[in-house]
Amino acid sequence: MTITKGQPGQPSAAQDPAPARHGHVPNDGTAGAAAIEKARIAMLRDTKPLKRSRIGADVVCEALLRQGVDVFFGYPGGVVLPLYDVLGDYPELRHVLVRHEQGGAHAADGYARVTGRVGVCLGTSGPGATNLVTGIGTALLDSIPMVAITGNVPGALIGKDAFQEIDINGITLPMTKHNYLVRDADELPRVFAEAFHIARTGRPGPVHIDITKDALQQETSAQHPTEAEVIAGLPGFRPNFEGHPRQLKLAAAEIAKSKRPIILAGHGVLHAEAWADLLEFAEKTSIPVAWTLLGIGAMPEDHPLAYGFVGMHGWKHVNRAIQSADLLIAIGMRFDDRVTGNVRTFAPYARIVHVDIDPAEIGKNVAVEVPIVGDAGRVLRALTPLVEPTPLATRAEYLDELAAWKTESEASSWHGSGAWREGVLTADFVTERIGALTDHRATYVADVGQNQMWLARYTGFRLPNSHVSSGGLGTMGFALPAAMGAALGRPDRETWAIVGDGGLQMTSQELMTLVQDRIPVKIALFDNKKLGMIRQWQEIIYAGNYHSAHLLGPDFAKLADAYGIPAFRARTPDEVDPAIEAAQAVDGPALIWFEIAETQNIFPMMPPGKGLTDLIEKWDGPEE
Amino acid sequence: MSQPAQDGGAPSTNGKAPGAKAGLAPGPASSPAHSAPPPRALPGSGEINRHVLVAIVLNRPGVLNRVASLMRARNFNIESLSVSHTDQPDVSRMTITLRGDDVAVEQVSKQLYRLIDVLKVQDFASEPTVEHELALIKVRATDANRAEIVKVAELYRARLVDITEGSVIVEAAGSESEIDAIVALLRSYGIKELVRTGTVVMARGSASIEEAIKR
Repeated sequence: MTITKGQPGQPSAAQDPAPARHGHVPNDGTAGAAAIEKARIAMLRDTKPLKRSRIGADVVCEALLRQGVDVFFGYPGGVVLPLYDVLGDYPELRHVLVRHEQGGAHAADGYARVTGRVGVCLGTSGPGATNLVTGIGTALLDSIPMVAITGNVPGALIGKDAFQEIDINGITLPMTKHNYLVRDADELPRVFAEAFHIARTGRPGPVHIDITKDALQQETSAQHPTEAEVIAGLPGFRPNFEGHPRQLKLAAAEIAKSKRPIILAGHGVLHAEAWADLLEFAEKTSIPVAWTLLGIGAMPEDHPLAYGFVGMHGWKHVNRAIQSADLLIAIGMRFDDRVTGNVRTFAPYARIVHVDIDPAEIGKNVAVEVPIVGDAGRVLRALTPLVEPTPLATRAEYLDELAAWKTESEASSWHGSGAWREGVLTADFVTERIGALTDHRATYVADVGQNQMWLARYTGFRLPNSHVSSGGLGTMGFALPAAMGAALGRPDRETWAIVGDGGLQMTSQELMTLVQDRIPVKIALFDNKKLGMIRQWQEIIYAGNYHSAHLLGPDFAKLADAYGIPAFRARTPDEVDPAIEAAQAVDGPALIWFEIAETQNIFPMMPPGKGLTDLIEKWDGPEE
Repeated sequence: MSQPAQDGGAPSTNGKAPGAKAGLAPGPASSPAHSAPPPRALPGSGEINRHVLVAIVLNRPGVLNRVASLMRARNFNIESLSVSHTDQPDVSRMTITLRGDDVAVEQVSKQLYRLIDVLKVQDFASEPTVEHELALIKVRATDANRAEIVKVAELYRARLVDITEGSVIVEAAGSESEIDAIVALLRSYGIKELVRTGTVVMARGSASIEEAIKR
């Protein structure tokens, strides 16, 4: 492993040979050295194989088509060019050229959330791969089925700090459900089949596949495995779907003796497509249903048993119901700190039945009395026959009390108190109008911050998978690119991106993607010229020290116009409905610039570290 | 850990909390602060014990990295980690010793199970086992005290595997505490170098974790 060379041109070299140079490079003339040299030349010249035979890149396209992928989001680069070279041969596979890989990852995420299918994104090595990372992390925290594909430098150059080489496998390892580095095209069929199976089975999640450039170019005749072969090859991946019968009986017994039960529905209900099962269970038992941020849509909000959104910015009546419940039936949720607040004070009177498909979620944050590991739908279908029918009348006293709390909480909120009627354009009013004018039947994609909470509280969701929000990672800049994917996933629904001026400025480059790919996203820009949630925290928690909360923005109408997107503007409540209707009338993307009240806070608010009973409902400055 | 924390758990009485608005509702949520319910128990007993976990894993590239990364990311502190082949060529065995309460260690197992390459995880804390590790200890030795060191080694059924003018290497095998003891004794002679393999463990009796793996 040592190369010794003289230094030509220096007379003294003969008498005084230069010290041996040690390198991690194989000796000249060896197979290893030849491979590295070949890879280097290939990288420099970007050589294309002369004759067209089935290569690794073809396997990638075949695998995507076999998995039912109709659209994916990517950005080309040196090492994935072999893939782009063959993409034209697969016209059924729509490639959307995004403007930044992060946008591609969020778009795949949005597509997955509204369709329940695996979203796919693609980036090149190095910066292309690292740009995907935020999107992959967003998908991990919200358990979104995603396959992220990256290219890598030729296998012989791995570990040599080649151009655009980064250890992306090491980077995505702790933030994926599983990841692969493929250096041999013969492995591609198996790896892709496994990746899709893992991404969508059990608790969904992102899977990353890194493929070396030479593997993409390598000829291969490897065949795609069947689903049975895939499962047999993954002995360590056996999710448990059915709830244990003994646990189901225990849960039924808890329900039978409970006087103040409440269901807390999470994202797992939507992942399991169990909304009908949830409704049947709730109606049979007359148990009211609350939901987490990502559980929105699991229950139509106009249903009599639908109670509301829980947590840090949830409804006061919902938090109050949780705190007074004697039984919490938590389905497909994970007791996130935004839901529980201080776990010591969370639901102090409640025994807890916790249904989740991931055993690791049981007992992670909160000790529970009856854990049930299984798919939300299958558990509900097994549990419903075990419970006695309970008519609404039996729970009349309890349900009436909850109803009274709801009326009181809605009337006393900023929204209910009608601050907007004074001619001030408030975000809650805008959100409510968007919900109403879309008949609550669009896909609504939130960004992160106040806009996200306004959307969650005031839209009035009726349909499953109609709410898209980065709940776990809280990724600003999510809304616009995710809406792109959501619109392509559900073209039968109108798609609205609700985004603040801060979030839009993070990923506004995707406006051009909307235009180029004719993706009809309606963008509701909530411009308060602030990082609103930051400003609110600084006002309430940091004694009004507004550092970096004030945010300059461009003329957003001109910005949209520059991209060729029709823009509308609303500054007063009267202008809201016409603006929304005008945007709806546009055949294609449109933007509405809502210049909302600059200092509106979102209430109630549970201060960090406090419990669900410690809500701040209004703020007139700190107490003396 | 085992006593209730006084960490602001009691409902706020600053007038902004709904609980303080007396008379609004008769439910227990509106109970005044002085009759607040006891704090909800956190998961786990809080009693910290030493646990030995064995993970049977597929021998795939990066599996050690996955396990190590998970332990770091989930804030579990590994005391020792030992990796080796098993009798099956595609399967490896990891022995992880760590300290934590029962629920924390259960969380480790559950999180390990989430790794696609992990086939089986077992906590050997409460089972009759054979538990061993191996240590090589390079000790300063002179003609004067070499015989003494040999005696210490014999006492612990250790052996000398290398003898030179100025040092000896003692090879000791046994439980963690036995190794601790011989190391402590040898320290007075001057330890130049010490390496320990980390604990490996096997259940007594005919039961086999390898036969019980989930495929």
